[in-house]
Amino acid sequence: MTPEIRLTESPAHLRHGANIGQPLTRRDGILKVTGKAPYAADRHPRGMLYAVLAVSSIARGRVTFLDVAAAKSHPGVVDVMTPTHKPPLAEDPDAKTNPFMFRMELLQSDAVRYANQPIAVVIAQTLEAATEGAALLTPTYETLSARVGLDADESFVPPAVGPGHPPIVEHGDVEAGLAAAAKAIDASYETPAQYHNAMEPHAIVASWDGDKLSIDTPSQGLAWAQGRIAGLFGIPVENIHIRSPFLGGGFGSKGLISGPQILGIMAARLVGRPVKLVLRREHMYGPVGHRAPTRQRLRLGTDGNGLLTALEHHAKTVTSSFDDFYESAADASHTLYASRAIRTSHEAVRVDTGTPLFMRAPGEATGSIALESAIDEMAWACGIDPLQFRIRNDAEVEPISGKPFSSKALRECYTKGAERFGWWERPLSPRQVRDENGFLVGWGMGTATFPALMFQANARAVLRADGSGVMETGAHDMGQGAWTALAQIAADGLGLDIDRVEFKAGTSDLPDAGIAGGSAHTATAGVAIHNAGAAVIAKLADLATRDQRSPLFGAGNAGVIARNGRLHRRDDETRCESYADILRRAGLAEIEATGGGAADPVAQADYAMHAHGAVFAEVKVDPDLGQIRVTRMVGAFAAGRIINPKLVRSQLFGGMIWGMSFALHEEAVMDRRSGRIMNPNLAEYHVPVNADVPSLDVLTVDEHDPHVNPLGIKGVGEIGITGSAGAVANAVWHATGVRVRRFPIRISDLLMAG
Amino acid sequence: MINSISLTVNGVRRDIALPDPRVTLLDLLREQLDLTGTKKGCDRGQCGACTILVNGRRINSCLALAISHNGADITTIEGLAQGEKLHPLQAAFIEHDGFQCGFCTPGQIMSALGLINEGQAGCDPERIREGMSGNLCRCSAYAGITEAVLDVQRTLAAEKERRVA
Repeated sequence: MTPEIRLTESPAHLRHGANIGQPLTRRDGILKVTGKAPYAADRHPRGMLYAVLAVSSIARGRVTFLDVAAAKSHPGVVDVMTPTHKPPLAEDPDAKTNPFMFRMELLQSDAVRYANQPIAVVIAQTLEAATEGAALLTPTYETLSARVGLDADESFVPPAVGPGHPPIVEHGDVEAGLAAAAKAIDASYETPAQYHNAMEPHAIVASWDGDKLSIDTPSQGLAWAQGRIAGLFGIPVENIHIRSPFLGGGFGSKGLISGPQILGIMAARLVGRPVKLVLRREHMYGPVGHRAPTRQRLRLGTDGNGLLTALEHHAKTVTSSFDDFYESAADASHTLYASRAIRTSHEAVRVDTGTPLFMRAPGEATGSIALESAIDEMAWACGIDPLQFRIRNDAEVEPISGKPFSSKALRECYTKGAERFGWWERPLSPRQVRDENGFLVGWGMGTATFPALMFQANARAVLRADGSGVMETGAHDMGQGAWTALAQIAADGLGLDIDRVEFKAGTSDLPDAGIAGGSAHTATAGVAIHNAGAAVIAKLADLATRDQRSPLFGAGNAGVIARNGRLHRRDDETRCESYADILRRAGLAEIEATGGGAADPVAQADYAMHAHGAVFAEVKVDPDLGQIRVTRMVGAFAAGRIINPKLVRSQLFGGMIWGMSFALHEEAVMDRRSGRIMNPNLAEYHVPVNADVPSLDVLTVDEHDPHVNPLGIKGVGEIGITGSAGAVANAVWHATGVRVRRFPIRISDLLMAG
Repeated sequence: MINSISLTVNGVRRDIALPDPRVTLLDLLREQLDLTGTKKGCDRGQCGACTILVNGRRINSCLALAISHNGADITTIEGLAQGEKLHPLQAAFIEHDGFQCGFCTPGQIMSALGLINEGQAGCDPERIREGMSGNLCRCSAYAGITEAVLDVQRTLAAEKERRVA
């Protein structure tokens, strides 16, 4: 039923070397370019039915009628799942026993709490019949007025923001710093609601066999998904098998299993047959999370030398009427710039929307565009080049905690990026440069930063008597390249060529690899792999060094090194033996060991750990039409050890384009009367297309960081957005002299100001 | 009334019963012919993930009703490689890392093939970017995509020059 996933080795002509640090092409490349990589919606178990969601067209109220009879009378429709006709759940979907458990709509009532909320599921023989059945439900509603926008209601201070951060942080006296400032600015910025819009809509194929559940669904966190499903259906975790070898993008929206995915499992239980449920694109604007809108106020003061005397960053955001997630935008001001006084604070209002969620660089991206714009405004007020201003205010230690950085090659990013871009040619004043066509040319920059996080992971390593190795961890590949980068770490950990290592990932029966988020997956799962490799090598060394027949006899465990399938004596490398010989002589078919990866609490207490970067952007603006084109971007990033430069380049490019998109493209537009999103599709919710993407250049600055984790990895998945969004916004100002503080920047913002 | 059509899919003639006229080419390929390489990203012609060639031209298969394509010659991503030998575009996408998650990749490659067939873009990166802009990539692997298409176009141009010389 399920095609086995067999990664094809990279063809020889595509190979550039081996293992960590080498720019290997993707090991899943051939599967992906031939259409053979199986995504969840590609599965088709025998006897499968199709399920289609019916979603609410109001934002608040309740469903008073569903024409189930009409839907059921449509040829091919098998059943309609509604609040009064659904399988029982073992747990209230509105229960919340930990902060990472989000409430979901699983037809527990007729209440509607946001537009596009699932209100029924139609199950049919064909996709066409299920789709038509959902349309035939023609619901009627009792509608209450929708609460929309940042001013919808009384605001409050949330108990925590982002992943459990304090909502208010104070260091020094901001008011005193502002009062003493030679120059000050006070500016407000608005960012819109954004939707992840992974190319692959959330999808699930679910099959029950008694109390055993087999599912195909994209997941950035297999173990969490398993736990949530186990709770909701009252079955043991080990009864749930999830396959998620490939995600068609996640960006945070697949970090936690969503309501619609659970509805697919419920539908399969209801009809007693395998069911496939795939979200339509418009269904993704509600029940699967989004980045909340913000209004941020920044007050900055500087002394006569252009040094910050105060930095205040306040962010107002929204959450849903029924659950809590708060975009931690102001936290972006905690680490980058030194200031005697820093204050960050948050407030929020409840609105009738799906609950916001982590979206690529949650908090950091949103806060970064405001902070980097404000820093640019402050530099201009001081008459200082914006890069010089940033260098002058660069934090030598983490400003609030006072901790030293575990490593921080930001100065080098500034210098190298500026050199590559040609930054020092830039005139200080805006609206000074035109190209040969008369377009206004502007240059802007921003500082990038993202915390170097670690979660928890486990891995299992095996060495076989034929000299090959296996590494297992339930890692997730959402495009960042886990199948390749983690296999590179596995190969080095086992001391084998990568083609001698079978790397298994992407299913829930493997050791928990932790969540693929927070730019921490390669570090976390990588360290587990590294440790599992070291543990199995230690076992092998033990066998050899205790065996009188081995050339390694007596060397002691610490006295051998593993390389290319052989153990060598450290003091005499000519004395060596192959793994295969050691195992064969010991009469063992294979040996195995496990290893874990987690943050080191001691290092975390002693050091501030962040990746950094500098992004430079050039825009051209049509002075008559206000049309903005980004023509060039250069990013320089310092993110610890780079496992695979080819994949890292793609990750950083992707982030930089997301940053550009934040500044110029993305916005979910809400109808204030109905509370419905007016552009829930890929034509009207603008994301960059190929023609929007400029010439991109990225360079990485070497960092050897012994503190972040044993491999020195900081992560690159999200940092590219930060800095980039501000760089583009600042370039628009530099081109036009118009400072736009509401994102995305629109043509009309420039024309109205002109 | 049960309708039926016949299609040539990746060189193989298929006679297909179509009891439901609402079936799109995309859903026919994915749900009935087990050709799941072609992807559904939006189902309304906005993302390009479902791009296939119909009679040599690239189309969004989600916007095409199967029943109106009787007799069509269809090429999907599954029809490009010859056995183990990848099509030059497929090899170039790997070499230039023209994808991350891979979900839009079949559509990108089929669109690139269509673009090359159209003979509109040549070796001009700007025109390639424009010609590939019907295919969204949320991972934003656009730089690699453009490099991959450019690489193949340059190889083709060089081959053409050799033949002329």
